[in-house]
Amino acid sequence: MSGAARLLPGPIGVVLFLALWQIYCATSGISPLLLPTPLQVLRAFVEVMGEAPTWNHLSYTLGETLAGFGIALVVGVVLGWLIASSLLLERAVHPFVVASQIVPKVALVPLFVLWFGFGPTSKVVVSAVIAFFPIMTNTLLGLRSVDPGHDDVFQALRATRWQRFWQLQLPSAMPAILAGMEMAVVLATIGAVVGEYLGGSDGLGYFAVATMNAFQTDRLFAIIMLLTLMGFILYLAIAALRRVILPWQRKAVGE
Amino acid sequence: MSVAVACQGIGKSYASRSGIVEALAPVDLTIGAGEFIVLIGPSGCGKTTLLRILGGLLAPSAGTLGLKPGADGRQNIGFVFQAANLLPWLSVEENVALPLKLKHEGRAKRLTRARELCAQVGLAGFERSWPRELSGGMQQRGAIARALADDPALLLMDEPFGALDALTRTRLNQELERLWLARGATVVLVTHSISEAVMLADRIVLMSPRPGRIQAVVKVPFPRPRDPALEGTVEFQAIASELRARLGETS
Repeated sequence: MSGAARLLPGPIGVVLFLALWQIYCATSGISPLLLPTPLQVLRAFVEVMGEAPTWNHLSYTLGETLAGFGIALVVGVVLGWLIASSLLLERAVHPFVVASQIVPKVALVPLFVLWFGFGPTSKVVVSAVIAFFPIMTNTLLGLRSVDPGHDDVFQALRATRWQRFWQLQLPSAMPAILAGMEMAVVLATIGAVVGEYLGGSDGLGYFAVATMNAFQTDRLFAIIMLLTLMGFILYLAIAALRRVILPWQRKAVGE
Repeated sequence: MSVAVACQGIGKSYASRSGIVEALAPVDLTIGAGEFIVLIGPSGCGKTTLLRILGGLLAPSAGTLGLKPGADGRQNIGFVFQAANLLPWLSVEENVALPLKLKHEGRAKRLTRARELCAQVGLAGFERSWPRELSGGMQQRGAIARALADDPALLLMDEPFGALDALTRTRLNQELERLWLARGATVVLVTHSISEAVMLADRIVLMSPRPGRIQAVVKVPFPRPRDPALEGTVEFQAIASELRARLGETS
């Protein structure tokens, strides 16, 4: 396929979708309170982005997401590494890890609000709890997947335990850890927003609920757009980080 | 000639479900400093086991192993494996410099040394490449350069050219001899190939399976450096067919 033939289907699909949406709203007579037209949403988006409180809500949510993601990253990698280095610990921790995944974490949000209050702390905790699992499992998986041949090389060179960790295990695990981070950053965003839905008076999640209660559906769509953009940019940031950290993988994935 | 490696009753057995399996029956072998030894034998004869014991990758279950330290008093061992085992996240020169990095050598010094070695093994111009951009033969050259980086007194090689085509193999055999002659390290090389063994070895150690043991030791008297044309001579073929016959007895 030529470059244009490969790039075009994406934009064409989006344009077609928006056109159908617009036509549906115009012909079905559906109330804009239920479904505004794309043009109305765009107008509301421009309007919302021009208001100062939007930016405060955005920076609030972004701060919570990044804090939650950061905690998830550190705890996930350290715990993954601890479990990888001890079979005993793995057996001891395993039931808790599985349980922490099965519990619907959204159901824990009221509890976190009770413990940590309506401020940002409870949202950061929700965000971290939801995001940490893929990082931990991927770290564990990555550390376990060290090539035995590479291990032989390090053993023949009489590498110390630390050298083995920093120069063999961690680089071997890096692709898996970054894949976990890509998942985690999206989950961290969801965690922060869900936390805001249920308590407090700041952040895009709160903003969305308040807008809905005021029946400003077009503005609600605009906020959802903004949240999507934020998540997308965070995801792209991790993807960019991957290129910087794993330059040796670049051609291997067919770019 | 001084002794570089002394094996006394070195053996290895494993506990398995069907009882104790003797992978390597007690072996006595003395290797002189600067000698080129080739271990040859069918699968399961314990040649790789013996090599891994020499390299400290495997603990023997019996016997004592004496390794003489090199000229600088250190017990340095270079190990080349069947697969190149280059780290995919390091460039070729960083891979070659890995032994020096693990010894906390400064960056400038170890990269200078790595580039020198890359040139010696025919990797000039590929220092900055990623290992996956190299062919199998070139990756194995990188692995050899890495094994030589810390100037080992003892170089252990486990079928280093086994996965390569015949032409590349012949060329690398020649280059290996050249590198060895220039350095005077002791080499122990494991192979399946009779012609590779005769072409490279001072002494060939024939091993036989079940349990792995030394069957015979054959001296190869040809002068160095050896030309690939040597393979066509009557003397070469005489040694090769003697080996073939002895190996035939065991398998």
